[in-house]
Amino acid sequence: MSQARFLLRKLLVYAAAIMICAWILIPIVLIFMSAFADPHDYYDIKKVIPTNFTIENVKDLLITLGEWRAVLNSLVVALLTIAISFPIGLPAGYALAKYFFPGRDFFRLLIIGLRMFPVMVIGIPLATLYIRIGLSDTPVGVAIAHASLALPFVILITSSVFASIPRDYEEAGLIFGLSGFGVFSRITLPLALPGLAAAAIFVFVLSWNEVFVATILTLMNRTLPADVLVSVLEAPDPYKFAAAFIMILPAMAFVFIARRYLVTMWGIRLR
Amino acid sequence: MKPSSFFSLIKKGAEKRVLISKLTPYLLLIPTIIYITVLIGYPLAQGVILAFQDSHSHSLSLINFETLVKDPHFWEALKFTFLLAGIIIPIQVSLAIAVSLLLYTRFKGSSLVLYVFIIPLTLSDVSAALMWYNILTGNGYLNKLLMALGLIEKPLRFFGYAYRYMEVLAIVLAEVWRATAIVFVILFAGLQMIGRDYIEAADVFGATTFQKLRHVILPMLKPSLQVALVTRTLFALQVFGTVWILAGRDVPILAGEAFYWQTQILNYNVASAYALVIGVISILLGWLYFKFLKPEYLAGGGL
Amino acid sequence: MTVVRLENLTKRFGRVVAVDHCNLTIRDGEFMVLLGPSGCGKTTTLRLIVGLETPDEGRVYFDDEDVTYLPPKDRNVSMVFQSYAVWPHMKVYDNIAFPLKIKKRSQDEIKRRVKWASKLLRIENLLDRYPDQLSGGQRQRVAVARAIVIEPRVLLLDEPLSNLDALLRVLMRAELKKLQRELGVTTIYVTHDQVEAMTLADRVAVMNEGKFMQVGRPREVYEKPENLFVAGFIGSPRMNFFDAVFSRGVLNAESFKLSLLPWQTSLLEGYEGRTVKVGIRPECIYPPNLAPRAAKLECIDGTIDFVEPLGSDTILHVRVGDITLVVKVPGAYEAKIGSSLRIYLDVEKLHVFDPASEKAVF
Repeated sequence: MSQARFLLRKLLVYAAAIMICAWILIPIVLIFMSAFADPHDYYDIKKVIPTNFTIENVKDLLITLGEWRAVLNSLVVALLTIAISFPIGLPAGYALAKYFFPGRDFFRLLIIGLRMFPVMVIGIPLATLYIRIGLSDTPVGVAIAHASLALPFVILITSSVFASIPRDYEEAGLIFGLSGFGVFSRITLPLALPGLAAAAIFVFVLSWNEVFVATILTLMNRTLPADVLVSVLEAPDPYKFAAAFIMILPAMAFVFIARRYLVTMWGIRLR
Repeated sequence: MKPSSFFSLIKKGAEKRVLISKLTPYLLLIPTIIYITVLIGYPLAQGVILAFQDSHSHSLSLINFETLVKDPHFWEALKFTFLLAGIIIPIQVSLAIAVSLLLYTRFKGSSLVLYVFIIPLTLSDVSAALMWYNILTGNGYLNKLLMALGLIEKPLRFFGYAYRYMEVLAIVLAEVWRATAIVFVILFAGLQMIGRDYIEAADVFGATTFQKLRHVILPMLKPSLQVALVTRTLFALQVFGTVWILAGRDVPILAGEAFYWQTQILNYNVASAYALVIGVISILLGWLYFKFLKPEYLAGGGL
Repeated sequence: MTVVRLENLTKRFGRVVAVDHCNLTIRDGEFMVLLGPSGCGKTTTLRLIVGLETPDEGRVYFDDEDVTYLPPKDRNVSMVFQSYAVWPHMKVYDNIAFPLKIKKRSQDEIKRRVKWASKLLRIENLLDRYPDQLSGGQRQRVAVARAIVIEPRVLLLDEPLSNLDALLRVLMRAELKKLQRELGVTTIYVTHDQVEAMTLADRVAVMNEGKFMQVGRPREVYEKPENLFVAGFIGSPRMNFFDAVFSRGVLNAESFKLSLLPWQTSLLEGYEGRTVKVGIRPECIYPPNLAPRAAKLECIDGTIDFVEPLGSDTILHVRVGDITLVVKVPGAYEAKIGSSLRIYLDVEKLHVFDPASEKAVF
């Protein structure tokens, strides 16, 4: 390839890279800006970019409008979702990874099918069920529904995490004096911890962002997305953006922390 | 102790050990199986029953489906759900392939671009919708910019029932922005699994970029493409948050109608009927895909 | 110090019989090498002895104790894996100390023994590091140190040298042999590399398709192979094989004849007029002027097809009619491709095999 063509190609590649980054980052930057923009600037049609900033939007939303309760609910629900889905899904993930047994493939297929299942099909009957058993409008109720959503992911992710731990390490453990459970707790689990942590973050974000089921299962104790859907949409724009900011920040922060693990979790290799 | 009884004792010990190791996987699966049966299977069954139950008399009938079929909103919901899917998915797949190929060249800074591109994966559909609302609304950045540049005199209207198809455009933008990364992640992982050797061999034999794409890369990407398509399509049937935020009921969609009947009309039966429709279409599409694919492909990574 | 006895040991995986009714006794303090091509069942046999697999039939005895169904941790054995299996989340010290820790030895004893083992393997300065900071060779030493620290009844090694580069492999080979001599522990070593087997073993058990083809001292296995497989597997370059019809004390090959010694003829009684398989090692065929005196030699005329100068030896491929005989000549040897060469076969070093049973007649 000639020098000129090579340089041109390089230029195009970097131009494309910049455009992609802009495409993704600009909407995020804009909404952060809007969340903290002085409403006067926002409603001023002549001002493209706000110059006056304030934290009143966020403060009002959280305190005056009581959105902090929704934030708390979202947090509680997300943590409960992890607390429910992990003890159930982790053993299954381990079984899938380390044992060959009749029915293994069928089970795996079942879990994969479950993953793609429309959540509303169980969400709606759960709403009526919860009314009967008194779980309606509770974080636990929402967490149980979210755990159903998360369970296939927990099983499949933990399965691949455990499978990635070489069998040799575990067999060496067996030879040098450990029982089966000892191998799990002293060798497999410590080595699997980073991957499991990434899975936990994934489940957290999944629950934090979920809106349909959360809305139909709650009335007074809404999670943040549910509240946005129902109440905040009626509120003035600046509050909408403030709410978006609150929704986005934790998720982005978490994933930033765990970005390496998440990327390898999806099977992508970085250089 | 007699040798024979000694040996039978050892054999029993061995059998016990073998038995435990054979049972262990099933024991580990029991919590999941119980959970799925009670908290997924049971509600599922209930949901099906609800869909066939009259909301007043509680007797079984097809009344809910009659309501559905007679409601013009249902047909519109069907139309728009498929319309949105039909527009969004091809755009997402093309974009995802393009970005995958770009990042595959591993130029300096490509990991940074990778991290940036998957940021939307962490965001909910509600947040993404709000972001584009922020940009496209009357007081949004787009309108302000265009007016400041003198290109338009009045703000472009993206929202409101009269501007339904502009709302569709907004929804497409938001969904493409948010969910392309989902397809990308599957495709990029699949792309990386294609050994570099194959592509380099093509290089050595003088293939052009286009030829490499057509004859080596795209065929080997097929399994990932199929996984991505199945996943994306099934999720597209459930599209909700984005549409609800940007268009409310102006653009009816199946999940939105289910939501409406559930929370506003408080008719759980019709809502279940809608959910059932979504479920059945999903199963149908899933089965169709299974018929033309090998199931093991779906065991791969990806959301 | 333990005697290991395998009795009728059988293991199947689906329809494949990996270990086929094997019997073997490994003596106290012996260095036994299980040698064979991949898939021959040597690793499975090892795993049955360790306890990572349970047999479908047969038993494993340590001295007089039936350990067939004991879990590995109760057998008091150690193993060095091909991948070393040094745990990445523990320091070198903790890796080596692990077996002792599990057995709940005192801190003092642990410290003492770890020091002893790491000194023996010359890795005392690495105790504080993590495995990912070590080279492959160092990690291998950690694996060996960990294996010997508890003074196991049996030490098992599964191709421990195959991941090392050639130079390191030779060095480690010598060290392992020395170590085993010093410790006197019954050792079972699995490899597909016959050079390793020949240099390390007190006895070699050659395996193929789940069966022991021959068990004996390296010299025996080399000089007196009991069947075609062992004859062809041991020795580099491989033994020459060709067919010949035996008739009245003479082996009649396609394009040449070989007169046999009386003891050979008498052993071949019953093969009159029949085709047999003949084998002779490349180092037992000589070019003119290099044949030893005392042997009985038969000469053949052939053409040089190919020459491989290896430096230490020269390998000649000599075509005689339809057959190509490989000849190993010590040192350098000038030879031109296409030129004719008269080669001399040491008749005493001939091997003859029954064509049907593949067993050696001599």
